[in-house]
Amino acid sequence: MPLKTLWHRMGSPRWMYQMSGSWVWVLGVMATVLLIVGSLWGLAFAPADYQQGNSFRIIYIHVPTAIVSQSTYMLLGAAGLVLLVWRMKLADMVLATAVPFGMSMTALALFTGAVWGKPTWGTWWVWDARTTSMLVLLFLYFGLYALRQAIPRQETAGRACAVLALVGVINIPIIKYSVDWWLTLHQPATFKLTEAPAMPPEMWLPLAVNVLGIYCLLGAVVLAALRLEILRRERDTQWVRELVAAR
Amino acid sequence: MSFESFADFLAMGKHGLYVWLCYGVAVLVIAGNVLALRRQRRRFFREAAALQKRREADSA
Repeated sequence: MPLKTLWHRMGSPRWMYQMSGSWVWVLGVMATVLLIVGSLWGLAFAPADYQQGNSFRIIYIHVPTAIVSQSTYMLLGAAGLVLLVWRMKLADMVLATAVPFGMSMTALALFTGAVWGKPTWGTWWVWDARTTSMLVLLFLYFGLYALRQAIPRQETAGRACAVLALVGVINIPIIKYSVDWWLTLHQPATFKLTEAPAMPPEMWLPLAVNVLGIYCLLGAVVLAALRLEILRRERDTQWVRELVAAR
Repeated sequence: MSFESFADFLAMGKHGLYVWLCYGVAVLVIAGNVLALRRQRRRFFREAAALQKRREADSA
């Protein structure tokens, strides 16, 4: 299929709904398997850290949730851009439905970080550059959620959220480089594109499995939420009526 | 296996409470995401079906 045709089809909520039914299941099963394997591997089989002991095993949930919370935000930024430039209906739906997942992952990353900080740093919270910029990310998610609720007209709400999502993208490189720019308490990145991890493979392999798993979860949850939003907005069309009647 | 026994595994050195708290809350948050969507999806179909029935009754 030519790329342009694919682009136009993807803009059709009905096409997206019909295509994505099986994707949700495939991604959901992959997420479940990968997350269970990665977590058990990390919890029971990875060696303990020579300094932190077993508390370091929190990394297998902390790092994946922190990574995916930022990727979800990048998805919102991309959706915002597509909405502002091409007025694609589907982009507005992504912008509306990916927020709760991203918000919950950011909260989870902050929570697991605090619980990890207590035995490691001796405190639940520090106003470190990394923790503070992650807190800003959580507030951006709150803002996107509240803004959508506050504006009744769908088109206006969509455009306002798109602008906020795009402006907030500036926070993502700040989070990423915060550990290099300000050498405070938070440790530097575990995975870098240009270097091998500083950990032995039996420590970082389960982490890689969980990162893959959480990306599958992102796909499954956001697609399922998107499908529901499509049904809600197309509720009065012939194809949704037929779908409802057939159940 | 990096632990001697199952009790060792649960204790996680002296960090059992921290580790299991993180994993427990993570399971709750992930399950919450999935279950909330499932509930909303069911409600949509229930309400849409009721609406269609009402409309059919009105037009009859």
